[in-house]
Amino acid sequence: MSDATQFTPRGPRPRRIFSAPNIFLYGTLTVVAAYYALPLYVMITTSLKTMDEVRAGNIFSLPTQWTIEPWIKAWATACTGINCDGLSRGFWNSVRILIPSVILSISIASVNGYALANWRYKGAEFFFAVLMIGAFIPYQVMLYPIVLVLRAVGDFFGFQLYGTLGGLVIVHTIFGMPILTLLFRNYFSSLPEELFKAARVDGAGFWRIFFQVMLPMSLPIFVVAMILQVTGIWNDFLFGVIYTKPDIYPMTVQLNNIVNSVQGTKEYNVNMAATLLTGLVPLVIYFASGKLFVRGVAAGAVKG
Amino acid sequence: MNTNNFSVQIKDLDLAFGPVKVLRSLDLDINHGEFLVLLGSSGCGKSTLLNCIAGLLEPTDGQIFINGENVTWKEPSERGIGMVFQSYALYPQMTVEGNLTFGLRNARMPKAEIQKRVARAAEILQIEPLLQRKPGALSGGQRQRVASGRALVRDVDVFLFDEPLSNLDAKLRADLRVEIKRLHEQLQNTMIYVTHDQIEAMTLADRIAIMKGGNIMQLGTPHEIYNKPLNKYVADFIGSPSMNFLDGEFKGGAFVKGDVRLPMKGYEFQAAQTPDQAVTIGIRPEHVITGELVANAPVKMEAKVELIEPMGSDTLVWVRVAGEPFRIRVDGQTQLRNRETLTIGIDPARASLFARESEVRL
Amino acid sequence: MTVADTGTASATRVHRRRPRILRNLASKTASIPMVATVLVIFIGCTLWTVIYSFTKSRLLPVPLFETMPLFSIPVPHLLASDGSWDFTLITGLKSSSFVGTDQYDRLWGTRRWIVSIGNLGIYGLCSMTFSLVIGFTLAALLDRKIRFENAFRTIILYPFALSFIVTGLVWQWILNPNFGIQKVVRDLGFENFVFDPLYNDKYVVYGILIAGLWQGTGLVMCLMLAGIRGIDEDIWKASRVEGIPVWKTYVMIVIPMMRPVFVTSVVIIGAGIVKVYDLVVAQTSGGPGISSQMPALYVMDKMFKDQNLAQGFAASTVMLMTVAIILIPWAYFEFGRKKNV
Repeated sequence: MSDATQFTPRGPRPRRIFSAPNIFLYGTLTVVAAYYALPLYVMITTSLKTMDEVRAGNIFSLPTQWTIEPWIKAWATACTGINCDGLSRGFWNSVRILIPSVILSISIASVNGYALANWRYKGAEFFFAVLMIGAFIPYQVMLYPIVLVLRAVGDFFGFQLYGTLGGLVIVHTIFGMPILTLLFRNYFSSLPEELFKAARVDGAGFWRIFFQVMLPMSLPIFVVAMILQVTGIWNDFLFGVIYTKPDIYPMTVQLNNIVNSVQGTKEYNVNMAATLLTGLVPLVIYFASGKLFVRGVAAGAVKG
Repeated sequence: MNTNNFSVQIKDLDLAFGPVKVLRSLDLDINHGEFLVLLGSSGCGKSTLLNCIAGLLEPTDGQIFINGENVTWKEPSERGIGMVFQSYALYPQMTVEGNLTFGLRNARMPKAEIQKRVARAAEILQIEPLLQRKPGALSGGQRQRVASGRALVRDVDVFLFDEPLSNLDAKLRADLRVEIKRLHEQLQNTMIYVTHDQIEAMTLADRIAIMKGGNIMQLGTPHEIYNKPLNKYVADFIGSPSMNFLDGEFKGGAFVKGDVRLPMKGYEFQAAQTPDQAVTIGIRPEHVITGELVANAPVKMEAKVELIEPMGSDTLVWVRVAGEPFRIRVDGQTQLRNRETLTIGIDPARASLFARESEVRL
Repeated sequence: MTVADTGTASATRVHRRRPRILRNLASKTASIPMVATVLVIFIGCTLWTVIYSFTKSRLLPVPLFETMPLFSIPVPHLLASDGSWDFTLITGLKSSSFVGTDQYDRLWGTRRWIVSIGNLGIYGLCSMTFSLVIGFTLAALLDRKIRFENAFRTIILYPFALSFIVTGLVWQWILNPNFGIQKVVRDLGFENFVFDPLYNDKYVVYGILIAGLWQGTGLVMCLMLAGIRGIDEDIWKASRVEGIPVWKTYVMIVIPMMRPVFVTSVVIIGAGIVKVYDLVVAQTSGGPGISSQMPALYVMDKMFKDQNLAQGFAASTVMLMTVAIILIPWAYFEFGRKKNV
């Protein structure tokens, strides 16, 4: 018996690396990954080729003559129908839109979520429910009346809102509100309630608890909200087109105008450089943030 | 029936997750029809061992035999085992009957045979009225029974239970414990049962394997484990309230600590000759003699009551022996007062003596 | 309890209890932006659009009502100053602005709208099916305890970080028949190879679909993966002990258990489909001809280009109804049933 056991199975099952299931699994995933990675690769290579090479060559090949000329042109001198100062104008416009929008939308939504989670009042659930439903209303339904509201509010306070940066910031705050409020409400609800009760027993009120108890514990969720908002607002096209004027168009609008402008010859390498430039901010955030990004996008799916 | 001697045999089993060794060259032989309990605190490797037997985890080294057949490389479904999980793992969208038959249907067993097995399992477990219900509509106890039923219909020789009662409340747990014991009496097959609950282990087991850090600390009948723990860990782990330990010296056939001297008369030493050395003595609170019986006790001493914890049927009394806190379990009806001086008696034959360094029974 | 005690107790109660509106005041103040958004934007603006879709508004919204002196009704009432009777006219309201369902009739009589709806139908159906199937399959593959899981997930999800404009422009370039895939394959010797979905009015929707799926399946995969990972590990063990093949476990046990994840995914994908706008603008601008038009493009053109507001309102109201048709059954199943159980 003891001699026989020397040759019988022992330890882990022997496993071939190239077994059929493994080949299928990794094969499929590699093909899929290639499909997803391909456009990024094409963008990068095309943007580094000269126009002659683009015309002659293969979009999947690497550039033979590397050049950063298209990038410079895309940034500084590419033409939309209206002006010829490249994407740089759109980039700075986007930055100017982004910063106040992100700050305002997150401030309002975090306080909102906190009020909904810890200081419920009569009717709070109703407003929250409508807010959630509002997230599913097609924007097109509300676009025009919002123009009127912005005009009316602007007239009332004696300054222009429609067509200015301020108006767009408000619009971003409004449409970011459902998802961000949900995010913060769920987060604050998940914090131990005893903490909130203890703070109340200690005599702290609404704002003191928010700033001194809740905020110090909420850094991760604020980062998630930032990721969500920065990518969302940066990628916005619709609101940018409607609520701003050409000289303050965000980068996406500018990009579309450059690439799809009908004047002149098409410079595909410049177009791809411009496209990549526009996609760079969210891409950097995506690759830098890793799992937090996933958490942010999945937040939309988390039930309240 | 079976020509081989053991139902389940584990030889030299090792399991490591990277650098972490979960099981260390483990050997275990389980007899046909035996109810073996793997007992230990969380992280001791008991569930890991069970999963290895089931084939759900691959060992790093070693062999597993079931009914004399080497199943080390076999799929769980080919090993002739049935398993009951802690969370029951019932398929929520199938009826109870669907849950019982899913594996059999998948194995393309003839309909008549499936019917027969389900009927038998349902009868044994008394779940006939539940067959058309979904798991969501069952109580915890009923779910547990269905989970056992799913193992039962597989008609196998070895049942594996992975903490099957730990999701239930205390009262239900006691009831189902009895049911599982009855099931074993009725089926007479091998059962391997993982738990962290020593009451479950003591009441159910033919033999208990107490595990710690991937090793089996002691394998024995509940009686042996309770009365003759092989090491200090087992002595401490089994019994509630736990054993009193006093560090002292073994000198000239007696345990000595300060002015306390316990001649170890009647104690069954493991070896014929036990040299003098540093030792730890363990005395169970319930083995301390009080009241009128003290008169006949081999060793008597005085102790001052410091704290009284009444628990209904018993009362736990905290006293001080040789300057150390010491628990005594007395009858719940005994009238005691704080700071009262008590005469207690100790029978060295029922104590346990461990070498201080190695913590091994002497 | 003594008399004195009762006195102080009720006295404090009188002092402490503030009127209902003032209780929790800070919380209510903090919620003003949300309440305003809900009332003015989500409810107000939506209703406004729906109402004005029944008018003849073109460049500007028409006034809904005008006063009609002819229909004024004299109402007698007592003058306070001297006690004599006077008659006040309550002005009747009349509207010539409402045109009933004219806008909707015109909408459904417009070829461009019909094409848009058809495109949305095809795009929606394909997008929904493929997103769910591909998303789940990829999630199941990644769930198989593979190496480089993070790398694969990162690659599959990154397009989701990009805007639809960027997505549309990249795929416009890759699908360009003179430079993209078609040319590369032709250069390999297949002279007659044709792959120009964006320039073929029959297949242009599928060209958009390729880009849309590339951008969005990563998210669905992540949702599905989270769903699969949320399933009790013991379920997998049980199915292994019973000898059920892996694929069958996914199909027969895991998918039914993931119903909530599927429902959520359907709602998220559905809401995205109805809104599809930027992608088409970037990729084809609705062309060639009107072959890749979508409802959202129609709405935008009518409202902001063609000076035909009410037509845009009508079209956007139809979009709203479409969403409602998806959303209401979901809300019913999701929230209505919980109360019953």
